Amino acid sequence: MDILIYGIINSISLALMALGFALVYGISRLPNFAHGALYVVSGFITWTLLKGLGLNYFLSILIAMAVTGLIGGLLYQFVLIRVRGMAISEIIASYAMGLAVLEGLRWGGFKGMTYTLPVFAEGSIILWGVPVDYHRIMVVGIGGAVVLFLWVFTHQTRVGLALRGMAQDERASLMLGIDSDVMAVVAMVFGSVLAALAAILLLPLGNIVVEAGYNVLILAIAVCIVGGLGSWVGSVLAAFLIGFAQILTVVYVGSHFQMVVAILAIIITLVLRPSGLFGKQKELEERV
Amino acid sequence: MEQKRKERLDRGIKVRTDTIYALMSAREMAYLVVPRLVLICGFLLLPLVMPSMYWQRVISIVCIYCLLAISFDFLAHYVGLVSLGGAFFIGVGGYMAAILNTHFGLSPLFTIPLATILGAAICTFLLLPCLPLRGVYFAIVTLMYPLALARIIEALDIFGGTDGIMGVASFPNRWIEQYFMVAIVLAFLFGMRRLVNEDLGLVFQAVKDNDQAVRASGMNITFFKAIAVFIASAMGCLGGASLVHIYMWAGISQFALDFSILPIAATVIGGAGTLVGPVLGCVILVPVSELLRAFGTLRIVFYSLILVGFIVLRSEGLMVYGQRKYHQFERWVKV
Repeated sequence: MDILIYGIINSISLALMALGFALVYGISRLPNFAHGALYVVSGFITWTLLKGLGLNYFLSILIAMAVTGLIGGLLYQFVLIRVRGMAISEIIASYAMGLAVLEGLRWGGFKGMTYTLPVFAEGSIILWGVPVDYHRIMVVGIGGAVVLFLWVFTHQTRVGLALRGMAQDERASLMLGIDSDVMAVVAMVFGSVLAALAAILLLPLGNIVVEAGYNVLILAIAVCIVGGLGSWVGSVLAAFLIGFAQILTVVYVGSHFQMVVAILAIIITLVLRPSGLFGKQKELEERV
Repeated sequence: MEQKRKERLDRGIKVRTDTIYALMSAREMAYLVVPRLVLICGFLLLPLVMPSMYWQRVISIVCIYCLLAISFDFLAHYVGLVSLGGAFFIGVGGYMAAILNTHFGLSPLFTIPLATILGAAICTFLLLPCLPLRGVYFAIVTLMYPLALARIIEALDIFGGTDGIMGVASFPNRWIEQYFMVAIVLAFLFGMRRLVNEDLGLVFQAVKDNDQAVRASGMNITFFKAIAVFIASAMGCLGGASLVHIYMWAGISQFALDFSILPIAATVIGGAGTLVGPVLGCVILVPVSELLRAFGTLRIVFYSLILVGFIVLRSEGLMVYGQRKYHQFERWVKV
């Protein structure tokens, strides 16, 4: 039973980490390697507002999400847009930006165990004989709500439809009057806000450390690759696959292997089926 | 309004030195030889002019990064495989040399060549399933390899686990160490320049430009990519083996991101696709990064920002710019 319950919690956490990355890649074909940095930055902003300035927790969360979205948008508008379409330059530029932010935070003395965010609700409950704390239940609830919201947003609103149009065929959507540059910025802002949301939900469960940025990036890439780059449904399903695989290895092999599972999942998926489990097969773009 | 455009023309001396006329006068000979001599003499003099032991050690480190950067440039711009896993080559070569030295008691004279060949073979073998991948997919998978290996070593607690392998033999003395590294870099630099213009190099170039055409000519692309990866990883493993003997220690930090990101930064700054550009980039970047060592991780911030600046604003790099100024003159002409 604990495997099932903690597997679901872990899977929803992975899905939350990966959604932002999947969204940005799905829409503007931009592998946003600064995703992990955005995740840590939003945790840091929340901490500063909450502990440094003494603001209300809820208010500081909202401000942190807005600021992270803004950072993401500016990053795209002033740096990444110039290398758009050159996949390798995009990777190197976004990765270098992420590295600069993370190592800058580390240099600024942002390390160690002292930086923690409070959980939303103290206490725990016994579910089918397994103790689960309220915060983890809220993570699952909010995570499910976010996935549902994204689905409704991309299927029902004008901006959402425009984003999906761009994801499917950029040239055709250009002809229909959708400004692809504006939409790419919107996608990046959304992706950053999702990274911030994931950070705010997941960081209270541990410490805010710079290393989390690298791990989140690896996990997000793992989920997106296994699910198929650009496929959102695939990403959610892959999150469950990797989430349960991780919990099973932790229980039966050892907790050291948790990240190894994610990394090996990336390598094996890329070798066997680069478009992932649910991606559209584009044989010639991926391999020869 | 009068409009003008900039016109670039090859200098007369460049056109003459392209052919047999290069041998006709001292000036033409000098035009060809001086840039190369400046590079060679500069490298040979470097260990002599360094003020302290510490900076002499930096020379060796510069040379290791040079090897990695040449290997990145070769794979990315002459074969079309963008490998973000320089640390993978360094780590495999390093651990190989350390194990050969501490467990089998071989001296550096044997461990370095052995680690180079065996390490390159292991790297090529491990990367073999990924070779058909293209573009982003290959880049991501190579980025994951060093991480995977480091975590596996950590999790299984093999090869000394997180402590690493201590007590590796050092070079006999520092002059041998530095001149060995300098000689290796120069040999590989000129060797690779020769290689990319040989028949094999032409096939590599064709694989980069249009792999379907190569395949249609009845050549096995994966085989040629494997050869290219073997050559590139041999350079990386050689660097890793030397690094281990310089620091007398092999550990997980040899899979660190430094070895993946700095050579790329050096290549972008120095000029991609020139082979000598990455060397120039390393000679600039590594000492600057050493100067900033007092600031801790700020140096990573610093070279990440330089990297972004160059890739976004000046993507041609210093060496391409320099070559253009050397070989061509510019003038404004009326449209």
